[in-house]
Amino acid sequence: MVPDHIITSEEEVKKLLSHYSITTEQLPKIFHDDPAVKAIGAEVDDVIRIVRISHTAGRAESYRLVTRRPKK
Amino acid sequence: MISEKFSKKIESAPLPPKTKDQLRGFLEGKELSDSQFKQIFDRVVREYQSTRIEACEAVGVIAAQSIGEPGTQMTMRTFHYAGVAEINVTLGLPRLIEIMDARKEPSTPTMTVYLESEYGIDRDRAREVSWQIEAAPLNEFGDITTDMENMQVVVHLNTKVCDKRKIAPMEIMDIAPKKMRDRRHYRDFEHKIDEDNATIIFLPKHEESYQNLFQLAEHVRNVIVQGIDDILRVVVRKETGEYILYTEGSNLKDVFEVAGVDTTRTRTNNISEAASVLGIEAARNAIIYEALSTLGEQGILVDVRHIMLVADMMCMDGEVKQIGRHGIAGEKESVLSRAAFEVTVNHLLDAAVANEVDELSGVTENVIVGQPIQLGTGDVKLIAVKPEN
Repeated sequence: MVPDHIITSEEEVKKLLSHYSITTEQLPKIFHDDPAVKAIGAEVDDVIRIVRISHTAGRAESYRLVTRRPKK
Repeated sequence: MISEKFSKKIESAPLPPKTKDQLRGFLEGKELSDSQFKQIFDRVVREYQSTRIEACEAVGVIAAQSIGEPGTQMTMRTFHYAGVAEINVTLGLPRLIEIMDARKEPSTPTMTVYLESEYGIDRDRAREVSWQIEAAPLNEFGDITTDMENMQVVVHLNTKVCDKRKIAPMEIMDIAPKKMRDRRHYRDFEHKIDEDNATIIFLPKHEESYQNLFQLAEHVRNVIVQGIDDILRVVVRKETGEYILYTEGSNLKDVFEVAGVDTTRTRTNNISEAASVLGIEAARNAIIYEALSTLGEQGILVDVRHIMLVADMMCMDGEVKQIGRHGIAGEKESVLSRAAFEVTVNHLLDAAVANEVDELSGVTENVIVGQPIQLGTGDVKLIAVKPEN
Protein backbone atom coordinates (compact mmCIF):
# COMPACT_ATOMS: atom_id res chain seq x y z
CA MET A 1 0.00 0.00 0.00
CA VAL A 2 2.90 2.38 0.64
CA PRO A 3 4.85 3.44 -2.47
CA ASP A 4 8.62 4.05 -2.35
CA HIS A 5 9.72 7.31 -0.79
CA ILE A 6 13.19 8.60 -1.71
CA ILE A 7 14.92 11.78 -0.50
CA THR A 8 15.99 13.81 -3.52
CA SER A 9 19.34 15.54 -3.85
CA GLU A 10 19.60 19.31 -4.12
CA GLU A 11 20.55 19.05 -7.78
CA GLU A 12 17.46 17.01 -8.61
CA VAL A 13 15.28 19.52 -6.78
CA LYS A 14 16.78 22.39 -8.79
CA LYS A 15 16.16 20.51 -12.02
CA LEU A 16 12.58 19.75 -10.99
CA LEU A 17 11.81 23.33 -10.02
CA SER A 18 13.26 24.82 -13.18
CA HIS A 19 11.50 22.23 -15.35
CA TYR A 20 8.08 23.27 -14.08
CA SER A 21 9.21 26.82 -13.13
CA ILE A 22 7.79 26.57 -9.63
CA THR A 23 9.03 27.06 -6.09
CA THR A 24 9.24 24.30 -3.47
CA GLU A 25 6.23 25.88 -1.73
CA GLN A 26 4.06 24.95 -4.68
CA LEU A 27 4.78 21.23 -4.33
CA PRO A 28 2.31 18.97 -2.50
CA LYS A 29 3.18 18.59 1.18
CA ILE A 30 3.95 15.74 3.50
CA PHE A 31 4.19 16.22 7.27
CA HIS A 32 7.47 15.65 9.10
CA ASP A 33 5.83 13.10 11.41
CA ASP A 34 4.36 11.05 8.57
CA PRO A 35 5.32 7.39 9.12
CA ALA A 36 6.87 7.15 5.65
CA VAL A 37 8.99 10.27 6.26
CA LYS A 38 10.17 8.96 9.62
CA ALA A 39 11.06 5.62 8.02
CA ILE A 40 13.51 7.20 5.56
CA GLY A 41 14.72 9.83 8.03
CA ALA A 42 13.89 12.92 5.98
CA GLU A 43 14.08 16.38 7.54
CA VAL A 44 11.84 19.43 7.21
CA ASP A 45 12.36 21.22 3.86
CA ASP A 46 13.59 18.04 2.14
CA VAL A 47 11.86 17.13 -1.10
CA ILE A 48 10.76 13.51 -1.34
CA ARG A 49 10.33 11.67 -4.59
CA ILE A 50 7.48 9.15 -4.53
CA VAL A 51 7.46 6.37 -7.09
CA ARG A 52 3.86 5.27 -7.35
CA ILE A 53 2.43 2.27 -9.10
CA SER A 54 -0.07 4.09 -11.28
CA HIS A 55 -3.29 2.68 -12.70
CA THR A 56 -2.80 4.63 -15.89
CA ALA A 57 0.92 5.06 -16.53
CA GLY A 58 2.22 1.90 -14.87
CA ARG A 59 4.74 3.87 -12.85
CA ALA A 60 4.54 7.54 -11.98
CA GLU A 61 6.78 9.87 -10.03
CA SER A 62 5.52 12.53 -7.71
CA TYR A 63 7.19 14.94 -5.32
CA ARG A 64 6.27 16.18 -1.87
CA LEU A 65 7.85 18.81 0.34
CA VAL A 66 8.36 17.88 4.00
CA THR A 67 6.71 20.46 6.25
CA ARG A 68 6.07 20.72 9.96
CA ARG A 69 2.61 19.64 11.03
CA PRO A 70 0.69 22.75 12.07
CA LYS A 71 -0.30 22.82 15.74
CA LYS A 72 -3.99 22.61 16.35
CA MET B 1 13.52 -10.21 -29.89
CA ILE B 2 13.45 -6.48 -30.46
CA SER B 3 16.73 -5.16 -31.76
CA GLU B 4 18.98 -3.06 -29.53
CA LYS B 5 18.46 0.05 -31.60
CA PHE B 6 14.65 -0.09 -31.38
CA SER B 7 14.49 -0.83 -27.70
CA LYS B 8 16.82 2.08 -26.96
CA LYS B 9 14.56 4.34 -28.97
CA ILE B 10 11.51 3.11 -27.05
CA GLU B 11 13.24 3.52 -23.69
CA SER B 12 14.13 7.17 -24.29
CA ALA B 13 10.72 8.05 -25.75
CA PRO B 14 8.46 10.55 -23.92
CA LEU B 15 5.93 7.84 -23.10
CA PRO B 16 4.64 6.41 -19.82
CA PRO B 17 6.20 3.07 -18.74
CA LYS B 18 3.00 1.12 -19.34
CA THR B 19 2.75 2.30 -22.95
CA LYS B 20 6.40 1.40 -23.51
CA ASP B 21 5.75 -2.10 -22.21
CA GLN B 22 2.72 -2.48 -24.45
CA LEU B 23 4.69 -1.28 -27.47
CA ARG B 24 7.52 -3.70 -26.68
CA GLY B 25 5.04 -6.52 -26.25
CA PHE B 26 3.45 -5.68 -29.58
CA LEU B 27 6.75 -5.58 -31.45
CA GLU B 28 8.01 -8.80 -29.85
CA GLY B 29 8.86 -11.38 -32.52
CA LYS B 30 8.03 -9.14 -35.46
CA GLU B 31 10.47 -8.45 -38.28
CA LEU B 32 10.53 -4.75 -39.00
CA SER B 33 12.53 -2.49 -41.23
CA ASP B 34 13.81 0.82 -39.90
CA SER B 35 11.17 2.83 -41.72
CA GLN B 36 8.35 0.55 -40.56
CA PHE B 37 9.50 0.87 -36.98
CA LYS B 38 9.75 4.63 -37.33
CA GLN B 39 6.20 4.79 -38.67
CA ILE B 40 4.77 2.73 -35.80
CA PHE B 41 6.82 4.58 -33.22
CA ASP B 42 5.86 8.03 -34.46
CA ARG B 43 2.19 7.13 -34.53
CA VAL B 44 2.29 5.79 -30.99
CA VAL B 45 3.97 8.96 -29.76
CA ARG B 46 1.50 11.14 -31.68
CA GLU B 47 -1.45 9.15 -30.35
CA TYR B 48 -0.13 9.51 -26.80
CA GLN B 49 0.38 13.25 -27.22
CA SER B 50 -3.16 13.68 -28.52
CA THR B 51 -4.72 11.80 -25.60
CA ARG B 52 -3.02 13.99 -23.02
CA ILE B 53 -5.18 16.52 -21.27
CA GLU B 54 -4.74 20.00 -22.67
CA ALA B 55 -3.42 22.91 -20.69
CA CYS B 56 -6.16 25.04 -19.07
CA GLU B 57 -8.70 22.24 -19.25
CA ALA B 58 -11.13 22.25 -16.32
CA VAL B 59 -10.34 18.74 -15.10
CA GLY B 60 -12.02 19.28 -11.74
CA VAL B 61 -15.41 19.99 -13.30
CA ILE B 62 -15.06 16.99 -15.59
CA ALA B 63 -14.14 14.77 -12.64
CA ALA B 64 -17.07 16.09 -10.60
CA GLN B 65 -19.53 15.37 -13.38
CA SER B 66 -17.99 12.00 -14.23
CA ILE B 67 -18.36 10.79 -10.65
CA GLY B 68 -21.59 12.67 -9.94
CA GLU B 69 -23.69 11.50 -12.86
CA PRO B 70 -23.24 7.72 -12.35
CA GLY B 71 -23.49 8.42 -8.61
CA THR B 72 -27.15 9.32 -9.10
CA GLN B 73 -27.78 5.73 -10.13
CA MET B 74 -26.29 4.27 -7.00
CA THR B 75 -28.52 2.67 -4.43
CA MET B 76 -29.33 5.08 -1.68
CA ARG B 77 -28.98 2.77 1.25
CA THR B 78 -27.64 -0.71 1.02
CA PHE B 79 -26.19 -3.02 3.55
CA HIS B 80 -24.48 -5.74 1.76
CA TYR B 81 -22.73 -8.86 2.84
CA ALA B 82 -19.85 -8.24 0.39
CA GLY B 83 -19.73 -11.88 -0.62
CA VAL B 84 -18.01 -12.67 2.66
CA ALA B 85 -19.77 -14.81 5.22
CA GLU B 86 -21.86 -12.54 7.47
CA ILE B 87 -19.52 -9.54 7.48
CA ASN B 88 -21.62 -6.47 7.05
CA VAL B 89 -20.10 -3.62 5.03
CA THR B 90 -21.63 -0.26 4.14
CA LEU B 91 -21.62 0.14 0.39
CA GLY B 92 -23.18 2.30 -2.26
CA LEU B 93 -23.81 5.99 -1.87
CA PRO B 94 -23.41 6.16 1.94
CA ARG B 95 -19.96 4.63 1.64
CA LEU B 96 -18.94 7.00 -1.17
CA ILE B 97 -20.06 9.98 0.92
CA GLU B 98 -18.08 8.56 3.83
CA ILE B 99 -14.90 8.41 1.73
CA MET B 100 -15.29 11.93 0.33
CA ASP B 101 -16.11 13.37 3.76
CA ALA B 102 -12.89 11.86 5.19
CA ARG B 103 -14.69 10.58 8.27
CA LYS B 104 -12.46 9.66 11.19
CA GLU B 105 -14.15 6.29 11.49
CA PRO B 106 -16.23 4.52 8.82
CA SER B 107 -19.61 3.18 9.96
CA THR B 108 -18.46 -0.39 9.32
CA PRO B 109 -14.68 -0.63 9.70
CA THR B 110 -13.25 -3.82 8.22
CA MET B 111 -9.83 -5.15 7.35
CA THR B 112 -8.55 -7.58 4.78
CA VAL B 113 -5.60 -9.35 6.36
CA TYR B 114 -3.24 -11.17 4.05
CA LEU B 115 -0.88 -13.75 5.50
CA GLU B 116 2.73 -14.57 4.80
CA SER B 117 3.10 -17.48 2.41
CA GLU B 118 3.78 -20.21 5.00
CA TYR B 119 0.66 -19.22 6.96
CA GLY B 120 -1.48 -18.47 3.94
CA ILE B 121 -1.45 -21.97 2.48
CA ASP B 122 -2.23 -23.84 5.69
CA ARG B 123 -5.77 -23.65 7.05
CA ASP B 124 -4.79 -24.50 10.62
CA ARG B 125 -2.02 -21.91 10.76
CA ALA B 126 -4.31 -19.30 9.25
CA ARG B 127 -6.81 -20.15 11.99
CA GLU B 128 -4.06 -19.69 14.59
CA VAL B 129 -3.36 -16.19 13.30
CA SER B 130 -7.06 -15.42 13.39
CA TRP B 131 -7.16 -16.31 17.10
CA GLN B 132 -4.39 -13.83 17.75
CA ILE B 133 -6.51 -11.16 16.07
CA GLU B 134 -10.11 -11.91 17.01
CA ALA B 135 -11.19 -10.50 20.35
CA ALA B 136 -12.20 -13.40 22.58
CA PRO B 137 -14.00 -12.78 25.91
CA LEU B 138 -13.17 -14.81 29.00
CA ASN B 139 -16.38 -16.87 28.84
CA GLU B 140 -15.06 -18.71 25.78
CA PHE B 141 -12.19 -20.14 27.78
CA GLY B 142 -14.00 -21.80 30.65
CA ASP B 143 -16.95 -21.97 33.01
CA ILE B 144 -17.96 -18.88 34.93
CA THR B 145 -20.13 -19.41 37.96
CA THR B 146 -21.60 -16.81 40.26
CA ASP B 147 -21.36 -18.20 43.76
CA MET B 148 -24.11 -16.38 45.63
CA GLU B 149 -23.46 -18.10 48.96
CA ASN B 150 -19.85 -16.95 49.24
CA MET B 151 -20.36 -13.77 47.22
CA GLN B 152 -17.77 -14.54 44.57
CA VAL B 153 -17.37 -15.19 40.85
CA VAL B 154 -15.45 -18.36 40.08
CA VAL B 155 -13.80 -18.87 36.70
CA HIS B 156 -12.65 -22.36 35.97
CA LEU B 157 -10.54 -22.38 32.81
CA ASN B 158 -10.86 -25.20 30.34
CA THR B 159 -7.25 -26.18 29.63
CA LYS B 160 -8.24 -28.03 26.45
CA VAL B 161 -9.68 -24.87 24.93
CA CYS B 162 -6.61 -22.92 26.03
CA ASP B 163 -4.31 -25.45 24.39
CA LYS B 164 -6.30 -25.39 21.19
CA ARG B 165 -6.18 -21.60 21.11
CA LYS B 166 -2.46 -21.52 21.88
CA ILE B 167 -2.66 -19.53 25.06
CA ALA B 168 -1.40 -20.57 28.50
CA PRO B 169 -4.01 -20.56 31.31
CA MET B 170 -1.58 -18.52 33.42
CA GLU B 171 -1.46 -15.85 30.75
CA ILE B 172 -5.25 -15.55 30.78
CA MET B 173 -5.31 -15.35 34.54
CA ASP B 174 -2.76 -12.54 34.50
CA ILE B 175 -4.39 -10.61 31.73
CA ALA B 176 -8.05 -10.81 32.78
CA PRO B 177 -7.92 -8.69 35.99
CA LYS B 178 -5.54 -6.22 34.33
CA LYS B 179 -7.77 -5.78 31.29
CA MET B 180 -10.83 -5.31 33.49
CA ARG B 181 -9.14 -2.41 35.25
CA ASP B 182 -7.49 -0.79 32.21
CA ARG B 183 -9.92 -1.34 29.37
CA ARG B 184 -13.27 -1.67 31.12
CA HIS B 185 -12.46 0.80 33.92
CA TYR B 186 -13.99 -1.47 36.52
CA ARG B 187 -11.91 -1.54 39.67
CA ASP B 188 -14.21 -2.52 42.54
CA PHE B 189 -12.97 -6.07 42.89
CA GLU B 190 -10.15 -8.24 44.13
CA HIS B 191 -8.96 -11.52 42.69
CA LYS B 192 -7.24 -14.73 43.77
CA ILE B 193 -5.40 -17.02 41.40
CA ASP B 194 -5.26 -20.77 41.91
CA GLU B 195 -2.68 -21.88 39.37
CA ASP B 196 -2.91 -25.65 39.94
CA ASN B 197 -6.63 -25.84 39.23
CA ALA B 198 -6.52 -23.10 36.58
CA THR B 199 -9.10 -21.14 38.54
CA ILE B 200 -9.48 -17.44 39.29
CA ILE B 201 -11.82 -16.16 41.95
CA PHE B 202 -13.15 -12.61 41.75
CA LEU B 203 -14.48 -10.91 44.87
CA PRO B 204 -16.49 -7.68 44.79
CA LYS B 205 -15.28 -4.95 47.12
CA HIS B 206 -18.66 -4.25 48.67
CA GLU B 207 -19.68 -7.72 49.72
CA GLU B 208 -23.19 -7.09 50.92
CA SER B 209 -24.66 -6.03 47.55
CA TYR B 210 -25.94 -8.60 45.05
CA GLN B 211 -26.04 -5.94 42.40
CA ASN B 212 -22.29 -5.52 42.63
CA LEU B 213 -21.79 -9.25 42.37
CA PHE B 214 -23.84 -9.49 39.20
CA GLN B 215 -22.13 -6.47 37.74
CA LEU B 216 -18.77 -8.07 38.43
CA ALA B 217 -19.90 -11.34 36.85
CA GLU B 218 -20.94 -9.42 33.75
CA HIS B 219 -17.51 -7.79 33.47
CA VAL B 220 -15.73 -11.10 34.05
CA ARG B 221 -17.74 -12.78 31.30
CA ASN B 222 -17.02 -10.11 28.71
CA VAL B 223 -13.42 -9.13 29.41
CA ILE B 224 -11.27 -9.64 26.30
CA VAL B 225 -8.39 -11.93 27.15
CA GLN B 226 -7.08 -12.89 23.71
CA GLY B 227 -6.88 -10.97 20.44
CA ILE B 228 -7.23 -7.28 19.62
CA ASP B 229 -10.03 -5.42 21.37
CA ASP B 230 -11.31 -3.50 18.33
CA ILE B 231 -11.65 -6.57 16.14
CA LEU B 232 -14.96 -8.16 16.94
CA ARG B 233 -14.96 -11.00 14.45
CA VAL B 234 -12.64 -12.71 11.99
CA VAL B 235 -13.69 -14.80 9.03
CA VAL B 236 -11.13 -17.03 7.32
CA ARG B 237 -11.72 -17.54 3.63
CA LYS B 238 -9.77 -19.20 0.87
CA GLU B 239 -9.33 -17.02 -2.16
CA THR B 240 -7.04 -17.46 -5.15
CA GLY B 241 -5.20 -20.31 -3.48
CA GLU B 242 -4.48 -18.68 -0.13
CA TYR B 243 -6.30 -18.07 3.12
CA ILE B 244 -7.31 -14.48 3.77
CA LEU B 245 -8.76 -13.08 6.98
CA TYR B 246 -11.68 -10.67 6.84
CA THR B 247 -12.31 -8.78 10.03
CA GLU B 248 -15.14 -6.80 11.51
CA GLY B 249 -13.49 -3.80 13.19
CA SER B 250 -10.14 -2.34 12.33
CA ASN B 251 -6.86 -1.84 14.14
CA LEU B 252 -4.00 -1.70 11.64
CA LYS B 253 -1.24 -1.04 14.14
CA ASP B 254 -1.95 -4.00 16.41
CA VAL B 255 -2.67 -6.39 13.55
CA PHE B 256 0.73 -5.56 12.03
CA GLU B 257 2.39 -6.79 15.21
CA VAL B 258 0.80 -10.24 14.97
CA ALA B 259 3.20 -12.89 13.63
CA GLY B 260 2.34 -14.20 10.18
CA VAL B 261 0.57 -11.09 8.90
CA ASP B 262 1.79 -9.81 5.54
CA THR B 263 2.11 -6.11 6.27
CA THR B 264 2.64 -5.10 2.66
CA ARG B 265 -0.75 -6.33 1.41
CA THR B 266 -3.00 -6.05 4.47
CA ARG B 267 -5.47 -3.21 4.11
CA THR B 268 -8.16 -1.44 6.08
CA ASN B 269 -11.19 0.50 4.89
CA ASN B 270 -10.54 3.13 7.55
CA ILE B 271 -8.73 5.80 5.55
CA SER B 272 -7.73 8.04 8.41
CA GLU B 273 -6.24 5.04 10.17
CA ALA B 274 -4.20 4.22 7.07
CA ALA B 275 -2.99 7.83 7.05
CA SER B 276 -1.83 7.76 10.65
CA VAL B 277 -0.21 4.31 10.55
CA LEU B 278 1.18 4.15 7.01
CA GLY B 279 1.33 7.78 5.90
CA ILE B 280 -0.35 10.10 3.48
CA GLU B 281 0.63 8.17 0.35
CA ALA B 282 -0.99 5.02 1.69
CA ALA B 283 -4.10 7.09 2.46
CA ARG B 284 -4.15 8.34 -1.12
CA ASN B 285 -3.97 4.75 -2.37
CA ALA B 286 -6.67 3.72 0.07
CA ILE B 287 -9.01 6.48 -1.16
CA ILE B 288 -8.52 5.41 -4.77
CA TYR B 289 -9.01 1.74 -3.94
CA GLU B 290 -12.07 2.28 -1.75
CA ALA B 291 -13.80 4.71 -4.11
CA LEU B 292 -13.09 2.53 -7.12
CA SER B 293 -14.31 -0.66 -5.45
CA THR B 294 -17.42 1.06 -4.05
CA LEU B 295 -18.35 2.31 -7.51
CA GLY B 296 -17.29 -0.92 -9.22
CA GLU B 297 -19.36 -3.04 -6.85
CA GLN B 298 -22.48 -1.25 -8.11
CA GLY B 299 -21.49 -1.86 -11.70
CA ILE B 300 -20.57 1.76 -12.24
CA LEU B 301 -17.45 2.35 -14.26
CA VAL B 302 -15.73 5.66 -13.58
CA ASP B 303 -12.32 6.33 -15.10
CA VAL B 304 -9.64 6.02 -12.45
CA ARG B 305 -8.17 9.40 -13.47
CA HIS B 306 -11.14 11.24 -12.00
CA ILE B 307 -10.82 9.40 -8.71
CA MET B 308 -7.06 9.93 -8.69
CA LEU B 309 -7.64 13.66 -9.07
CA VAL B 310 -10.02 13.67 -6.12
CA ALA B 311 -7.61 11.62 -4.01
CA ASP B 312 -4.71 13.91 -4.95
CA MET B 313 -6.71 16.98 -3.94
CA MET B 314 -7.69 15.41 -0.63
CA CYS B 315 -4.10 14.44 0.23
CA MET B 316 -2.26 17.45 -1.18
CA ASP B 317 -1.46 19.20 2.10
CA GLY B 318 -0.08 16.19 3.94
CA GLU B 319 -3.29 15.18 5.69
CA VAL B 320 -6.57 13.77 4.47
CA LYS B 321 -8.99 16.64 3.96
CA GLN B 322 -12.66 16.24 3.18
CA ILE B 323 -14.28 17.63 0.10
CA GLY B 324 -16.64 20.12 1.60
CA ARG B 325 -16.92 23.16 3.73
CA HIS B 326 -14.38 21.98 6.33
CA GLY B 327 -11.86 20.89 3.72
CA ILE B 328 -11.08 21.71 0.14
CA ALA B 329 -14.06 23.95 -0.59
CA GLY B 330 -13.74 25.78 2.73
CA GLU B 331 -10.06 26.59 2.37
CA LYS B 332 -10.22 28.30 -0.98
CA GLU B 333 -8.44 31.59 -1.37
CA SER B 334 -11.40 33.50 -2.76
CA VAL B 335 -14.19 34.83 -0.53
CA LEU B 336 -16.83 34.75 -3.26
CA SER B 337 -15.94 31.19 -4.18
CA ARG B 338 -16.33 30.04 -0.58
CA ALA B 339 -19.54 32.01 -0.15
CA ALA B 340 -20.97 30.42 -3.29
CA PHE B 341 -20.57 26.95 -1.81
CA GLU B 342 -22.14 26.78 1.64
CA VAL B 343 -22.90 29.04 4.63
CA THR B 344 -22.80 32.13 2.44
CA VAL B 345 -23.55 34.78 5.04
CA ASN B 346 -20.92 33.61 7.51
CA HIS B 347 -18.19 33.73 4.88
CA LEU B 348 -19.13 37.18 3.68
CA LEU B 349 -19.39 38.46 7.23
CA ASP B 350 -16.04 37.00 8.30
CA ALA B 351 -14.38 38.30 5.17
CA ALA B 352 -15.74 41.79 5.81
CA VAL B 353 -14.50 41.73 9.41
CA ALA B 354 -11.05 40.49 8.35
CA ASN B 355 -10.85 43.01 5.48
CA GLU B 356 -10.24 40.25 2.93
CA VAL B 357 -9.61 41.07 -0.70
CA ASP B 358 -10.80 38.87 -3.57
CA GLU B 359 -8.29 38.81 -6.41
CA LEU B 360 -10.88 37.32 -8.82
CA SER B 361 -8.43 34.74 -10.07
CA GLY B 362 -10.65 31.66 -9.94
CA VAL B 363 -13.61 30.47 -11.96
CA THR B 364 -16.52 30.90 -9.53
CA GLU B 365 -15.64 34.48 -8.62
CA ASN B 366 -15.47 35.55 -12.25
CA VAL B 367 -18.78 33.90 -13.06
CA ILE B 368 -20.33 35.82 -10.16
CA VAL B 369 -18.99 39.19 -11.28
CA GLY B 370 -19.63 38.43 -14.95
CA GLN B 371 -16.12 38.33 -16.33
CA PRO B 372 -14.57 35.81 -18.72
CA ILE B 373 -13.27 32.84 -16.68
CA GLN B 374 -9.62 31.89 -16.77
CA LEU B 375 -10.00 28.50 -18.35
CA GLY B 376 -9.34 27.13 -21.78
CA THR B 377 -9.08 29.99 -24.24
CA GLY B 378 -10.06 32.44 -21.48
CA ASP B 379 -6.75 31.83 -19.76
CA VAL B 380 -4.65 33.16 -22.63
CA LYS B 381 -4.25 36.88 -22.84
CA LEU B 382 -3.37 37.83 -26.38
CA ILE B 383 -2.28 41.25 -27.35
CA ALA B 384 -2.41 41.74 -31.10
CA VAL B 385 0.09 44.18 -32.42
CA LYS B 386 -1.21 46.17 -35.36
CA PRO B 387 1.09 45.54 -38.29
CA GLU B 388 2.75 48.70 -39.51
CA ASN B 389 2.41 49.42 -43.17
